[in-house]
Amino acid sequence: MHGTTEQTGVLQRTGAGQVAEVRRRRPGRFRRQNLLWALLFIGPTAVGLAVFYIWPALRTFYFSFTTWGAFGNYEWSGLANYQELLKDSEVRTAFVNTFWFTILGLLGIPISLVLAAMLSRRGRKGVSAYRTLMFLPVVTMPAAVAIIWRWLYSGDYGIINFLLAKIGIQGTYWLSNPQTALPAVAAVGIWSTIGYNMVILMAGLQAIPGFYYEAAALDGAGPVRQFLSVTIPLLSPTLFFVTVLSVIGSLQTFDLVYVMIGRTNPALPQTRTVVYLFYQKAFIENDRGYAAAIAFALLVVIIIVTAFQFRLQRRWVHYE
Amino acid sequence: MRNRLLALGLAIVVAAVAGCSSGTQSSSSQSSGQGEKVTLTYGIWDKNQVPAMKKIASAFTESQPNVSVSVQVTPFDSYFTKLQAAATGGQAPDVFWLNGPNFQLYASNGVLQEVKVDAANYPAPLVNLYQFNGKQYGVPKDFDTIGLWYNKKLFDAAKVDYPTADWKWADVQAAAKKLTDPDKGVFGIGAPPAGQENFYNTVFQAGGFVISPDGKRSGYDDPKTIAGLKFWTDLVQAHYSPSMQQMTDTLPLQMFEAGKLAMLYSGSWNATEFAKNTNTKNSVDVAQLPAGDKKATVIHGLGNVVFAKGPHTAEAAAFAEFLGSKQAADIQASTGTVIPAFNGTQQAWVQAFPQYHLQNFLDEVSYAVPFPISKNTAVWNGYETDELTKAWSGSESVEQAAQNLAAKMNEALAKESK
Repeated sequence: MHGTTEQTGVLQRTGAGQVAEVRRRRPGRFRRQNLLWALLFIGPTAVGLAVFYIWPALRTFYFSFTTWGAFGNYEWSGLANYQELLKDSEVRTAFVNTFWFTILGLLGIPISLVLAAMLSRRGRKGVSAYRTLMFLPVVTMPAAVAIIWRWLYSGDYGIINFLLAKIGIQGTYWLSNPQTALPAVAAVGIWSTIGYNMVILMAGLQAIPGFYYEAAALDGAGPVRQFLSVTIPLLSPTLFFVTVLSVIGSLQTFDLVYVMIGRTNPALPQTRTVVYLFYQKAFIENDRGYAAAIAFALLVVIIIVTAFQFRLQRRWVHYE
Repeated sequence: MRNRLLALGLAIVVAAVAGCSSGTQSSSSQSSGQGEKVTLTYGIWDKNQVPAMKKIASAFTESQPNVSVSVQVTPFDSYFTKLQAAATGGQAPDVFWLNGPNFQLYASNGVLQEVKVDAANYPAPLVNLYQFNGKQYGVPKDFDTIGLWYNKKLFDAAKVDYPTADWKWADVQAAAKKLTDPDKGVFGIGAPPAGQENFYNTVFQAGGFVISPDGKRSGYDDPKTIAGLKFWTDLVQAHYSPSMQQMTDTLPLQMFEAGKLAMLYSGSWNATEFAKNTNTKNSVDVAQLPAGDKKATVIHGLGNVVFAKGPHTAEAAAFAEFLGSKQAADIQASTGTVIPAFNGTQQAWVQAFPQYHLQNFLDEVSYAVPFPISKNTAVWNGYETDELTKAWSGSESVEQAAQNLAAKMNEALAKESK
């Protein structure tokens, strides 16, 4: 037993021809051995994925057809949850709010792109310091970020209104004014993801060969022209990736609204996202079946939006 | 060699998977074995009360040598989420704290065991709060009522007489007007859309109701209830109170402690908080709530309940009854954190803060109204917040908001009885 295993190992290492020979001799055994190893490495992740993602997702789908009591007692109710969902104006508002969060969130991408382009130039002083600063919000806990920003936005004591007052502008109660609350929260969302997008875009920028720029320069293209005609087309696969992730992330906005807006805020109806509504239904109102239906509606929307983006990419994404 | 590695790897995976599942096993029930040793678990959420609860537990185990009690603290924010999951899985603590809004949810789902309570020992609204379908499921633990807290310095500065027990709504409005000083950023009163502390009280004072006694109908479309709400929205619209937006940014309690609010309706529980803060330590005091058509205040208190599906319900029931005894109440009172529910033990709490007229909170009990609840209180509590903030921020009239709220609440109540 021992001997043969080690032998297989040696044979494997000696060259392709001999491996082929081994295969011919004992095909079943070799495959089984490799399969076992493969399973061992995939196993923990696969088990984790199945137990913590796939199984709960399937259960959620099932629960979306049930009505729940408070203590785990539920009964089949067919499409009732989905029928109610279509009529519920709260759900509609939540989807509209989420849609706005997503649109505003996309503004972060051009900002990240410009920053990435500026910080990719080698040899500039302090570039790594700036990179660290830009990335810092990404590694900070969202709850902490939200609490700090709540102070900054405070109507009476916030630094933003303090500074605005210096230049003669009367600031508002940013987070409790229904007109400003959503953009204010979205701005924090953008601020906290810029660093992440920037790092991915910088990696993309570094993969663009220098000779394109030399050629463009020889043809008389200035920095702006180079950026528009060389950088953007060649970076488009990375931009696409960042866009897809940003849209999915925005569609799932929850923590910032939860911490920055809160339950008694008069602007909550104007900022309540789909995931916030899900949380409210499932964990405050004990309406888990309905919450599961909301979660599934969101999943469907995410799939549709992402599929649409993949369709659209044929128009603007260039693969070399 | 390789096979051994493989085996080791598999063993780790198996152990990890097994580790995941072993967490669900019961930890509290280690009965049988030698001498019938029983360990009761006691679930609470306030870490400030842990010393008192432990003291009471050890007083109980002195007379019951076979029983030991382990106190488990879960922060309030996650207490009910966790408790609900635990009760669903049959793993809730043997005895635990419950509050009014959650009580009927647990009682109606067979989670709680009936307990013996001598009703004469506690204020009647507290005993009634923990009854469901004519059965007693909770032992009153403590209580709180709402009083009119006021800042003496601001009253002195504006030359306004301190509130008395004879005050009426009109007195509050007149005083709020005089005390408001926009130049100094001082408001007469804080009027947030808070149920227990604000509008429940005035709704009852106006002769209105929040929920019908049978728990089937909302009171928010009743003109008297609306009058109780209007008391507050009028104060906000007259700018005697900070605006809804201001009060969202900075909590009225914080403004009061910072000396920016002259009056605040707030609970007896804040005595500890105000006594700790150097700003309020000696400059605030409390009076009984001013009367509308009549006098009224909301009374609420926690109850100790027994988990019906626990392994040691007999011992747990004995412990819950002990928690409602005079001995337990005396221990609670001596720590000064809450007002014990047991009649006659409350004086120690009053004496813990001699600088405030805390006796007012006890005098209010004679006309106190129980905290309004139903089977799934949290649902319409959410609607109250959603709809009434519109009236408070002025985007809807009080009448309109109250009508909408009544409609939504009635819908929720109809669902409950299904």
